[in-house]
Amino acid sequence: MKIAVCVKRVPDTEARIKVGGDGKSIEESGVKFVLNPFDEYAVEEALKLKEAAGGGEIVVISLGTDANQETMRTALAMGADKGILLKAEVTAPDSLAVAKALAAELKAGEYDLVLFGKLAVDDGCHAVGPMVAELMELPCVSSISSLEIADGKGTAEREIEGGIEVVEFSLPAILTTEKGLNEPRYPALKGIMMAKKKPLETKEVTLEGSGVELTALAYPPERKEGRIVGEGPDAVPALVDALKNEAKVL
Amino acid sequence: MAAILAVLEQRNGEVKRVSHEVLSAARSLADGMGVEVHALVIGPGGTNVDGLGAFGADKVLVAADDSLQLYQAHRYAYIAASAAGDCSAVLIAGTSMGRDLGPRIAARMGAPYFNDVKSLEGSGEISITRPMYSGKAIATVKITASPCVLSVPPNAFAPVEAGKAGAVEEVAVPEAVEPARATTVNVKEPETAVLDVSESAIVVSGGRGIKEESDFKVVEELAAALNGAVGASRAVVDNGWRSHSEQVGQTGKTVSPNLYIALGISGAIQHLAGMRGSKVIVAVNKDPDAPIFKVADYGIVGDVMEVAPRLTEEVKKLSEG
Ligand SMILES: Cc1cc2nc3c(=O)[nH]c(=O)nc-3n(C[C@H](O)[C@H](O)[C@H](O)COP(=O)(O)OP(=O)(O)OC[C@H]3O[C@@H](n4cnc5c(N)ncnc54)[C@H](O)[C@@H]3O)c2cc1C
Ligand SMILES: Nc1ncnc2c1ncn2[C@@H]1O[C@H](COP(=O)(O)O)[C@@H](O)[C@H]1O
Repeated sequence: MKIAVCVKRVPDTEARIKVGGDGKSIEESGVKFVLNPFDEYAVEEALKLKEAAGGGEIVVISLGTDANQETMRTALAMGADKGILLKAEVTAPDSLAVAKALAAELKAGEYDLVLFGKLAVDDGCHAVGPMVAELMELPCVSSISSLEIADGKGTAEREIEGGIEVVEFSLPAILTTEKGLNEPRYPALKGIMMAKKKPLETKEVTLEGSGVELTALAYPPERKEGRIVGEGPDAVPALVDALKNEAKVL
Repeated sequence: MAAILAVLEQRNGEVKRVSHEVLSAARSLADGMGVEVHALVIGPGGTNVDGLGAFGADKVLVAADDSLQLYQAHRYAYIAASAAGDCSAVLIAGTSMGRDLGPRIAARMGAPYFNDVKSLEGSGEISITRPMYSGKAIATVKITASPCVLSVPPNAFAPVEAGKAGAVEEVAVPEAVEPARATTVNVKEPETAVLDVSESAIVVSGGRGIKEESDFKVVEELAAALNGAVGASRAVVDNGWRSHSEQVGQTGKTVSPNLYIALGISGAIQHLAGMRGSKVIVAVNKDPDAPIFKVADYGIVGDVMEVAPRLTEEVKKLSEG
């Protein structure tokens, strides 16, 4: 089985975000960048499928700048076989432009399965996987929390409000991963050493913008100062009174 | 002028409340542009579409067929993109269905797509605001392309009565023209229906300040008394006490209820990412320096095992009194 995993480089979830001088982007210096947490589940699932099949190839694909190589090496250290960097400058969050560039590369690769994270924690668009699927006219199940594949067919489950949807599909297919699908492994030292020697190819791509422009990035409004109502259970009546008469939510 | 299409959502043939919010958001945008709002409902035969005019639909398009009872991603996307025709914008709710369907419609139409839209305005070009970096920043985005597809999160736009005609029009349901790529075969539902954290107006969440799995009942009891949903921090989900569907935060759900009560939750940045948009936040924590108090409107410093049961008691008194 030939599996592609699309991965994104994003600021660590702990990172403090500072708006840059242009008022449109973030200050990158001092920010630690990591493999998007949801993409870790995608890499892990690919590794599990390859292990279960006793063979196959896992290709990680990332669109961005040279800095993305480090992110891709993390996936290679976990066990992926090779990487393809699609080199382009991505500015405004433009999921369609990214999806088109990825779809073009994925088409050429003839993969049995393409895995994405359900969302990237930087722009939080929650879009690229299903978009690529529509562009490539492939079956797609998004935000999956369980997966079984056998004989060219798959069954995936996805959480919906108050239930779990069960979806059947045939391969080739596109899946996007949700937390809970698996426990991503940490790269072992041996894996990190091996990753340095794994092939990582770079291709220049040009993005076709879809008509969106990020005009301002600002801090969210501060929440107004709250107050401690009191200590221990004796403070409860005062809290209930405030919720009923002041905040009017009871 | 081209209309705004609001893609609505039904469950078991009834349109969901969140769809009224989408209609109201579409109405406000349409009024600014001086165009109509068309609502699209995809569902089984006999789907109830009464009363959608009251929330702002000039016209209600119904694609009804029993094979569309469950969400069939590919067919829904095909129907919605066809119905969108020359619309200037398509609006959808950021539910589990909308988060999957929105980008598909956009890709089919070659249109830009944004989720988590908190505000939208414009008469020609549409300008939106939406969070980025898990809510650590708010972006303003100008959309110069038309059409575009926008998804609005639950609880961001209040349903507003608008009194439009809501004239119902059946739209043809195309045969599954292409071979079915993926089929939703079943929805597993728990025996007793549970309120979803992302849809509930009140959420009561518990964290690691609760020491035993059995003690989590203080969270459940308070949620029940308030008619709210149970939420959880990642710490208690990862130790297996609660299901991931209840996790609030960056790798869980984003919620914006009227009232969010955090019991024994420290307020890690990844947790705040999922709940800081709540209208009123209450925190109970034994540590007065816990970061959760920085975002809380009201706090009680104390032991959750003492405070929560008392709160449940007082809330019950209120609803009985
Ligand atoms: C990539 C990534 C993604 C993450 N995503 C999420 C996410 O989506 N959601 C999430 O919640 N976390 C997430 N986390 C984890 C997060 O960093 C925290 O570890 C987690 O939120 C802590 O949960 P907690 O507040 O329940 O536990 P703790 O941080 O251990 O806090 C427990 C709190 O309970 C208080 N306490 C103790 N005893 C009592 C008592 N008897 N009465 C009252 N209070 C008491 C303590 O003072 C403390 O403040 C993520 C982390 C990473 C790295
Ligand atoms: N620049 C990128 N390069 C490679 N994959 C990406 C990129 N952007 C997004 N993705 C993939 O698409 C998923 C969803 O991202 P998004 O739609 O931006 O939230 C991510 O988890 C990645 O798997």
